[in-house]
Amino acid sequence: MRDNIIKTIEKYNKDKFRLLDILLDIQAEFNYIPEEAVSIISNELLISEADVIQTSSFYHFLSFRPVGKYAIYLNNSAVATMMGRKEVASAFEKETGIKFGETTPDGQIGLYNTSCIGMNDQEPAAIINNRIFTKLTPFRVKEIVRDIKQGKDVDEMFSAGYGDGKNSSELIKAVVNNNIMKKGPKLDQNYKVGEALTKVLKMTPEEVIEEIKISNLRGRGGAGFPTGLKWQFCRNSTGDMKYIFCNADEGEPGTFKDRVILTEMPMLLLEGMAIAGYAVGAAEGIIYIRYEYKYLQKYLEDALHKFEKDNFLGKDICGKMGFHFNIRIQYGAGAYICGQESALIESVEGRRGEPRDARPFPVETGYHNMPTVVNNVETLCAVVKIILKGSEWYNELGTRESTGTKLVSISGDCRFPGIYEIEWGLTLNDILDMAGAEDVLAVHVGGPSGALIAPGEFNRKLGYEDLATGGALIIISNKRDLLSDIVLTSMEFFIEESCGSCSTCRTVPRLLEAKLRKVIDGNAIMQDIEDMEKWGKILRASRCGLGQTAANPILSSIKNFRHLYEEKVQKNKEFASSFDLNAAIKDACEATNRVPNV
Amino acid sequence: MKNKVKFTIDGRECVAEKGQTILDAAREEGIYIPTLCYFPGDMPRGGCRICTVRVNDRLMNACTTPVANAMIIENDTDRINELRKSIIELLFVEGNHFCPSCEKSGNCELQALAYRYKIMAPRFPYQFPIRKVYASIPKIIKEQNRCILCKRCVRTIKDKKGRSIFTYKNRGPRTEVIVDNKLGRKLTDELARKAMDVCPVGSIIYKEKGFVIPIGKRKYDEKPIGSEIDDFNISK
Repeated sequence: MRDNIIKTIEKYNKDKFRLLDILLDIQAEFNYIPEEAVSIISNELLISEADVIQTSSFYHFLSFRPVGKYAIYLNNSAVATMMGRKEVASAFEKETGIKFGETTPDGQIGLYNTSCIGMNDQEPAAIINNRIFTKLTPFRVKEIVRDIKQGKDVDEMFSAGYGDGKNSSELIKAVVNNNIMKKGPKLDQNYKVGEALTKVLKMTPEEVIEEIKISNLRGRGGAGFPTGLKWQFCRNSTGDMKYIFCNADEGEPGTFKDRVILTEMPMLLLEGMAIAGYAVGAAEGIIYIRYEYKYLQKYLEDALHKFEKDNFLGKDICGKMGFHFNIRIQYGAGAYICGQESALIESVEGRRGEPRDARPFPVETGYHNMPTVVNNVETLCAVVKIILKGSEWYNELGTRESTGTKLVSISGDCRFPGIYEIEWGLTLNDILDMAGAEDVLAVHVGGPSGALIAPGEFNRKLGYEDLATGGALIIISNKRDLLSDIVLTSMEFFIEESCGSCSTCRTVPRLLEAKLRKVIDGNAIMQDIEDMEKWGKILRASRCGLGQTAANPILSSIKNFRHLYEEKVQKNKEFASSFDLNAAIKDACEATNRVPNV
Repeated sequence: MKNKVKFTIDGRECVAEKGQTILDAAREEGIYIPTLCYFPGDMPRGGCRICTVRVNDRLMNACTTPVANAMIIENDTDRINELRKSIIELLFVEGNHFCPSCEKSGNCELQALAYRYKIMAPRFPYQFPIRKVYASIPKIIKEQNRCILCKRCVRTIKDKKGRSIFTYKNRGPRTEVIVDNKLGRKLTDELARKAMDVCPVGSIIYKEKGFVIPIGKRKYDEKPIGSEIDDFNISK
């Protein structure tokens, strides 16, 4: 064991900033992070064992106990629940004889819950040993567990053909579907790889930034910061090195667009990064990809290799003397918060993914304290098409305030879930028509950190001026129980994914969850609703976007679906007790033949 | 005046050096902004959120946000004080804080803030978490019931090689501050005492001797926390 661990550490040049990679490799090799490994890493990297523990214990897919030879991670997002997760989960428990969070005594199977894995259009889904299993049913679970008990390799356990598009390519071979339902200019594959980059290299970096600024492109991850301006800030910052980071950590439950881009058009992304590198004056790029997309690793590495072979990466790119740019892929290890740009940087530096303070911005002080641009996958892809077709063309798409197109991930109760590339400005009614949804109770725009919108507002438009979103649109029909299916699941998500460093975010979501359960169980009074509204606001004082929006599922549903709460609270009661004294002493009273005096 | 910035705190005009944090600038002006995770001399890291102020109508933490020209800062107002009060209450209900039996009582910053913000009982339900007490470390006791996860010990207590002795473990509600198994055992007398002093509450206790200062002479017995900055008087 010792030799292998040392080898792994040496593979990363004993660099303590690569701790996350070291831990991921060790987890992959041994199925857990053994105590001995903690001690060896600490010695080799000259950090304390506690330092190793603090990083390791932060990430969901790193474990100090063996996770099982077959580690089954079943998605627990709201849409998974809507699509029959409960039955699938109990089938897993029944077939394996263990509960979630446990491993079988022989160490063969481990069962775990996991936050949204980016497969909302094909739920219920699970990850087993880095392979994706979609559209699970109790019957399918039986087959899978039977195969596991026979010792089959996960790749032999698929019962359907590989998915559409590149999912069936030799390097992916995944039973995952892209479900591209509507293509626009971004997803249009009729372009020549490298053409935009060649064009850019004839311009000055300032001209490139100007072009992006004129296009009015804004960040597609959700926050919507103007891309050109971000690049300019970074270009103007002083630093020995500058970095382009691609945020491919899409963890917001309900979004899966980046998965589709990474699968279908990795070259588009790489080209966008190289362009950004040229514009900003960066020599290194890092793609930070969520662990859930580990099944794409070989394919993406291959794409990177090809891109480099064509001299679109490396030294003196396309003959442009002095322009050097390289890209590497960094995998995460299971933490929603790492989608926050400064948390992402912390994670790449091998630490816990705790967001930094709002100031200074990453464009001034980012990776290794050097100026760093963090852009979403889709943003970088848009850049390529803007360069090819011009910013004027881009301005004609969408609305005045929100130019261009947006990839939206549609899931939930509709006939055609999947990826739609739409122009900004469509209303929710348009979206519902497009996806074939009827009898709709609510749309969760932007996922848990977004808002639950009621039919009265379905005429609202998608765009930065109205409903800004990273692209998750979850459709919820009238047959659902909004409070327990959606709101409660979303709160559980925020509790699980909080980094734990703000007092507000550690505790308030738990208090709100308890109140919500009280409502769902019929034990709440009006005061509880008022408390939730007041307490939810405290979260606004949190450091990062996760904490600040962690009450949104409750706050937006109280605002837009107040009747669902009021229906469930006890009327005409000013004091609520979930404890029924009469019921509690009923047996004792009967046994002693007494009448309760309450 | 080139390197000076002008701004207001609760309507009062203030001047500070460019690059100074709101917190430092306020302190120089004799304006108190409460802190907990901040420790003088150490890089601030807005974790406890108690120093939250409203800047141009947005909530920001004073300990890391630099002042800028024309900032309108809201500090000692009902709504900000109410927010701070609720944060203190959150810290109380999150752990198990039994002041009367705590060695740090009277010298505890959390307790002192509770007095300053006139907390009678928290509005939130107590969580009564089950937490451990690590007593096997030779020089100190790490009392998890009282830990408010402010990270002061994590940031300031390092060994000679710069390695962390205290770190976070886990995340979300399961987060705790642990002591390194090996380095904790080698903790020097000096570092152990420093760790206790750095801890704003009674979560790190130097072993063997406690309750040294008699009641009446403890740090916050006579004047409330912050009164060295703003002459806060009890009758206010």
